[in-house]
Amino acid sequence: MTLTSDAPTVPSDAQLAEVALTRDEFGSVVQQLHRQPNSVELGILGALWSEHCSYKTSRPLLRALPTAGPRVLQGPGENAGAVDIGDGLACVFKIESHNHPSAIEPYQGAATGVGGILRDVFTMGARPVALLDSLRFGPLDEPRQRHLFEGVVAGIGGYGNCVGVPTVGGELYFDSCYRDNCVVNAMCVGIVEHGKLTRARASGPGNAVLLVGADTGRDGIHGASFASVRLDATSEERRPAVQVGNPFLEKCLMEACLELAGDPRIVAMQDLGAAGLCGSAAELAHRGGVGVDIDVSCVSRRERAMTPYEVMLSESQERMLVVVHPDDVRSVQEVFDRWDLHSDVIGTILERPEFVVRDGATGVCALPLAVLVDGAPERSAPGPPVQRVMTLERRVWQSPWPPGDTLIRLLASPNIGSRKPIFRTYDHQVGDATIVSPGTDAAVVRVHGTRRGLALTTDGNARYTALSPRRGAAIAVCEAARNVVATGAVPIALTNCLNFANPELNEVYWDLHEAIQGIADACTALGIPVVSGNVSLYNESERARIDPTVVIGMVGVLEDVERACSAGFARRGDRIAIVGPVEGSLDATELQRLAFGINQKMAPELDLDLERRVQAFIHDAIEAGLLRSAHDCADGGVAVALAESCLWGGTGVRVDLDIAGDEHPWGRSPADGILFGESQSRFLISFAMEASVQLRELADRHSLPLQEIGVVGGDRIVIDGAMDVALAAARRAYEGALVGGE
Amino acid sequence: MRFGITVFPGTWSDRDCAHAVELAGHQAVMLWHKDADLRGADCVILPGGFAYGDYLRAGAVARFAPLMESVVAFADRGGLVWGICNGFQILCEAHLLPGALTRNGSLQFRCEPSWLRVETQSSPFTAGIASEEVLQIPVSHGEGRYVAGEGTLDGLERDERVAFRYVAKDGSPAGASSPNGSMRDIAGIVNPAGNVLGMMPHPERACEPLLGSDDGMRLFLNVARAVSRDTAFAAPAS
Repeated sequence: MTLTSDAPTVPSDAQLAEVALTRDEFGSVVQQLHRQPNSVELGILGALWSEHCSYKTSRPLLRALPTAGPRVLQGPGENAGAVDIGDGLACVFKIESHNHPSAIEPYQGAATGVGGILRDVFTMGARPVALLDSLRFGPLDEPRQRHLFEGVVAGIGGYGNCVGVPTVGGELYFDSCYRDNCVVNAMCVGIVEHGKLTRARASGPGNAVLLVGADTGRDGIHGASFASVRLDATSEERRPAVQVGNPFLEKCLMEACLELAGDPRIVAMQDLGAAGLCGSAAELAHRGGVGVDIDVSCVSRRERAMTPYEVMLSESQERMLVVVHPDDVRSVQEVFDRWDLHSDVIGTILERPEFVVRDGATGVCALPLAVLVDGAPERSAPGPPVQRVMTLERRVWQSPWPPGDTLIRLLASPNIGSRKPIFRTYDHQVGDATIVSPGTDAAVVRVHGTRRGLALTTDGNARYTALSPRRGAAIAVCEAARNVVATGAVPIALTNCLNFANPELNEVYWDLHEAIQGIADACTALGIPVVSGNVSLYNESERARIDPTVVIGMVGVLEDVERACSAGFARRGDRIAIVGPVEGSLDATELQRLAFGINQKMAPELDLDLERRVQAFIHDAIEAGLLRSAHDCADGGVAVALAESCLWGGTGVRVDLDIAGDEHPWGRSPADGILFGESQSRFLISFAMEASVQLRELADRHSLPLQEIGVVGGDRIVIDGAMDVALAAARRAYEGALVGGE
Repeated sequence: MRFGITVFPGTWSDRDCAHAVELAGHQAVMLWHKDADLRGADCVILPGGFAYGDYLRAGAVARFAPLMESVVAFADRGGLVWGICNGFQILCEAHLLPGALTRNGSLQFRCEPSWLRVETQSSPFTAGIASEEVLQIPVSHGEGRYVAGEGTLDGLERDERVAFRYVAKDGSPAGASSPNGSMRDIAGIVNPAGNVLGMMPHPERACEPLLGSDDGMRLFLNVARAVSRDTAFAAPAS
């Protein structure tokens, strides 16, 4: 085939900028192709070589992550990861960012983020059973931030509620670093029988390529390259790069694809995401070591006069590529017809690994897949390694407010207060499987047909990664694991979303490097593999860049879902104890941020061996039936953890933290550090008095400190020598944290 | 007995309803929206979801489905028809029940526990559940605010056709705790013959203590009892 598109010429700087390629990268294209690309090819290369599609910066760094494990059925490289959960079932899951679109158009940006991650999971044949969302915005008292926050929440609900997949968890932080670049990460978890796990690997030259679902329009063109540059004053003009979601169509597509999962007629399935038809067809063929020939004239469209380039790069949502044997086309189309879905044969699988695009008889693109998918030169560090320098402008040892007042202010902080105003707008129950509802540590979803449950969480504290990307990222993994373990589940795998600024800046590059090392450190120590993930870079504006933001999505397996442990205190008279260290400074705490508007000195210490033992203790204690509740101590420290367990259980407490004890070496009372410090590797547990001796023995076996601190009961939160707060007052503060003042 | 469960392309409580039916010890068969066959169902459940996307008005398109003709005929013959959430919306659009479901007063979707008081004994769905009992059954909807003309509302009350009313947890009037601001706190109503029930809350999500409540199971068992005892409600011949 000869290409009859415009004659290749050397592109101008402006043309290269349009497709987000550097002059060096263009040089590499010419060198690999041994010719100049035409303009369509250049655009396609720009999209597939974008950071968003090629991971040219992060790929070499991501190799540090441990991805193997006995349960791993599918590691990174497919649409989502898959792990064995017993009974012949697999859990398929992934997290993905939709930050840039959400900053421009919050409702549709978030909605299509949910749509995209759902498709990643059902493309693999798994029925989605849960969604989670990690969100970050600027200060909530700024009108624009509230607009973004409410738009994103409405978009997540609007899409997930209509599709009928429960949104069971997630987390939310507000910090000024997200003012111009919100973070919207969506995670989807699905379940599939091993035999029905479907891969996106095309094979069989001559096989037909079906495009199923929505018609193709001009929406979302350049979405991939848009996500690979920083937001600026012209970003608003990029609104057309944001796609529009149709959750009803997604529901039909999902049901039809699930009906076909495991069907021998289906050779491969791949959803259309970043870089549209280009990205999906190229990956599908490349993974299978074959080529693909696509005729854009066969693509159903919803707009007139679209060029081949526009058809190939459109990011119209709710579309799927399906590869089938030519003899099976009609019978497979009947399934899609039943769901009133369009399906057109738009191409053929080729033996030679080439990416061919034609418009009827006219060839417009012919590129070797190796160049298109794997050819982007990996970017190395822009400069020598740099480590973040810990700042030390002002040491903070004390809250400016009395302890009781401090607790109320922390509970009323949008970063800590109740998420119920959000979760009540999400259907978190559909599927009849949600055993532990969102709002505490990890959500628990049962696996129908078995006794098992899945514990699901997303976590990541950018206050820590901002100060120490490596330690902060390791803490994110540990905190996620703690949340899973607190339900009685065993963590089995994780997915991660790395949200960073411009990696062409040396310090950002090294932050990313360090954070990935930190994830690897914790994964290795805890024996948890990484099975999928996503990197979102260029989260910065002319004014500011976001702090390194690592979000960990984790899945754990609970052998008997009826024995899931709650995070709220369960019964009056139960004893309360802290497992793990009972000390802490106020460095990098939510209190430091809230009271002084700073985030300084050191991220909390993390001893991975201690962490492992603490988690093992909690697991063993729950398995032995010794605990009535277990709650991870996180933002706001022990005092907030106590208040949360009280609020969730509907009871008060009386505790003694031995606050009037030794004087601190610096001559000041460390009381506030004990109350509000955020030391890691800690759980707050409650248990029947009779279990006390056994728990002590168990703690000794794990060489852990177990400090009994008090008793559940009453309607006040009493910490001797520090505070006496009415539960009702705590509840008012906690439940009002996210409610807007209209 | 056999429960038929309608499946529109955007239905998502179909499997949950089937799960509840099976827990109750009965058989569930799925009824596809393009078919007219009710497959010998003794009771037809119209479950929750977004039937055809509900971009127009919830249930507005679904009433024209081939399956609905059969459902209407079945109801006219006295067969038990039970609309839950989107199913209630469809039954109103199909004029099997009066009134309409509009956007929640909060203008937001609400998924949370609701507490219901049974207001009629004259329907097989609620027979035997005393009015002083408070059932805990969750809601999950964006358009669940029941509205009707004053005359219609008075008629519903007079004829004991209000099946459920939202109340506070302690059984007192719902007040501000109403999940959607329904007129007269109406959560569910029946037709004059009592064989068609529409309700916004999801009883199929409240059939096991593990899910927080099993109060919904009482409704499923009531239906089964009605079908086995009372031939008036047993699979009307077509």
